[in-house]
Amino acid sequence: MSAAAARRTPRPVSIASFAQAHNVRRDDEHNEVEMLMPVVAGVFGNIGITKDDIDFICSGSTDYLIGGPFSFVTALDAVGVWPPKSESHVEMDGAWALYEAWVLLQEGEIDAALVYSFGRSSPGNLNEILALQLDPYYVAPLWPDPVSLAALQARALIDAGKATEADFAAIASRSRRDALDNPKAQVANDIPAEKLLEDEYVVSPLRRHALPPITDGVAAIVLAAGDKARQWSEKPVWITGFDHRIETHALGARDLTSSPSTVRAAEGAGVSDGPIDVAEIHAPFAHQEIILKEALGLDDTVVVNPSGGPLAANPIMSAGLIRIGEAATRISSGRAHRAVAHATSGPCLQQNLVCVLEGE
Amino acid sequence: MAERCAVIGVGQTHHKSKRDDVSIAGLVREAAKMALADADLTWTDIDAVVIGKAPDMFEGNMMPELYLAPALGAVGKPMFRVHTAGSVGGSTALVAAHLISSGIHKRVLTVAYEKQSDSDAMWALSVPQPFAAPLLAGAGGYFAPHIRAYMRRSGAPEYIGRMVAVKDRQNAMRNPYAHLHIADIDMKMVEESMMLWDPLRYLEACPSSDGAAAMVLSSEDALSGQYPPAWIHGMAMRSEPTMFAGRDQVNPRAGRDCSADVYAQAGITDPRRQIDVAEVYVPFSWYEPMWLENLGFCDLGDGWKLTESGATAFDGDIPWNTSGGVLSSNPIGASGMLRFLEVAMQVRGQAGEHQIDGARVALGQAYGGGSQFFAMWVVGGDKP
Repeated sequence: MSAAAARRTPRPVSIASFAQAHNVRRDDEHNEVEMLMPVVAGVFGNIGITKDDIDFICSGSTDYLIGGPFSFVTALDAVGVWPPKSESHVEMDGAWALYEAWVLLQEGEIDAALVYSFGRSSPGNLNEILALQLDPYYVAPLWPDPVSLAALQARALIDAGKATEADFAAIASRSRRDALDNPKAQVANDIPAEKLLEDEYVVSPLRRHALPPITDGVAAIVLAAGDKARQWSEKPVWITGFDHRIETHALGARDLTSSPSTVRAAEGAGVSDGPIDVAEIHAPFAHQEIILKEALGLDDTVVVNPSGGPLAANPIMSAGLIRIGEAATRISSGRAHRAVAHATSGPCLQQNLVCVLEGE
Repeated sequence: MAERCAVIGVGQTHHKSKRDDVSIAGLVREAAKMALADADLTWTDIDAVVIGKAPDMFEGNMMPELYLAPALGAVGKPMFRVHTAGSVGGSTALVAAHLISSGIHKRVLTVAYEKQSDSDAMWALSVPQPFAAPLLAGAGGYFAPHIRAYMRRSGAPEYIGRMVAVKDRQNAMRNPYAHLHIADIDMKMVEESMMLWDPLRYLEACPSSDGAAAMVLSSEDALSGQYPPAWIHGMAMRSEPTMFAGRDQVNPRAGRDCSADVYAQAGITDPRRQIDVAEVYVPFSWYEPMWLENLGFCDLGDGWKLTESGATAFDGDIPWNTSGGVLSSNPIGASGMLRFLEVAMQVRGQAGEHQIDGARVALGQAYGGGSQFFAMWVVGGDKP
């Protein structure tokens, strides 16, 4: 039985509110908690609620950015769980925290959840930190950095005849031009692709423009179901499909020019059940947008990353959650009816999540 | 309305100080394969994998679910990673159970582990943080003052902690998977062991273990396995802030609220009478009497009297930690799941030498952090 045939109709859950911090290269003045609190206040303030209206909290963060265990604990203390609340944490991008909350809401016993994620990349060296995600016995000791691994993938894409360096430059140019309309973006400019191709290589075939910025950032979403969904939004944006899949960790065993886990997640989430107007794709490296667009089955009529996407701001642990928030905002502001949001984790798009959103 | 969910397979490693014979992947696979065999299933029968462990710094491997995906047969499937401090093994089982009870999946494999010998948990717990009080001496140093506060409040005599230490190690003699097998354990041996964090002596503290636990959870229409299913009758998580003036660290409200929620779901009004056996997270001896009160097995201040009376012993009326508990095996990330797993074994009748005859309703509890995170479930032999 195919994933699509087995698919059940989920309980309608809405993205009731979304907030994010100004994405910056380096926030030296605030720690993680100080960055998070205004965003949590904002996500509640948008719809006039407090933490007492929330039935469940789920967050996403990683100890490796802060360099100490239990980084989620101080954040939760500040958000405030008194009286005690049902709460959970994932060591994954906030998009997966959102998935856990959505699962709980499916049971119909609770109606509102707060999801947040945070990450400051500036205190450490992200290239060294992300190398520690790799197989600890055979790969991590070689310290391959994420840019070099992404460059292998980009090279494979070129060798397969699926893309050129000019395509990468065009994606980067478009993303950062679109980011000029995004007040939260970190990198926004209007530089033609031809000009970008004059950049030096960072790791061939990736030039600087094809790399994501390093970002300190925070995001939060309130999910609502039942009466609260209508109470908190005049025109709710509904999650109509949600799935995520993982691939093998062994890079040598993968075809890096495709994303079978995204294909399966897209099938599970029902992306092709209707036309898609806009896609917010978590493609940290420019070439990955080409792979993901194909895996999601999107044609050239779909507006991709109007927020500027991860090339305009890539806060680790939040960049995926932000994709969902940006896609929902696009619908609630009337500029789209049906959207797909995507999040990724691991080297060269190892793990992928797909969320389909629809307006009324 | 939520779908019914049951445990249909359990597996665990032999827990030891150092499992030099396996990698991390080998360790989790050992437990997972045992759980699949118990459920009469293979990797391809599983819809999704949910994995949990304590802080990544304990092994020095960031987001290890990425590396472990192929070892756990997760390629092409959803794989989910939970981290909620020491309660994580319990929380991980609950996240997996919700994937069934929400109707999204039919069969979910859930795994938790720690390979403490690959790193140094004491070091990882003691990294200085800006503007935060350092733990320095690890978890025992954090909890010892709370234990002193409990002793002062309740008037409990010093030897109660030693009784728990002896009882749980005697229970471990019945469990072939337990890390510590101290055949000649007695009150004198505990009393003569080194003082670590007053009032806790060496033998009143949990060991550092390598180990993994795994369970296969199933929906009602996908049951299989070697033993009858252990049905989930109630499950809940609760968290409260680490520190504030109104917090009772000896008897945390999050623990009381969590058990009240689970008991309400399971129809339990008198835990001491209705629960046949319990596996409760007791990493330091005194947490047995403290949790007896927190979980409502007795009135406030009477927990130590229950322990002293032998009620929680293997032949008592409310046997606690028949597996030997955290005091006998402590692969941190898996310690909470082992509690949940052991009570499933009890109601399925597969606990061997540490089986309590006729166990039908059982409580599994895990706590974490500075005792502000709680996860619990009640499982039963009868369909809820």
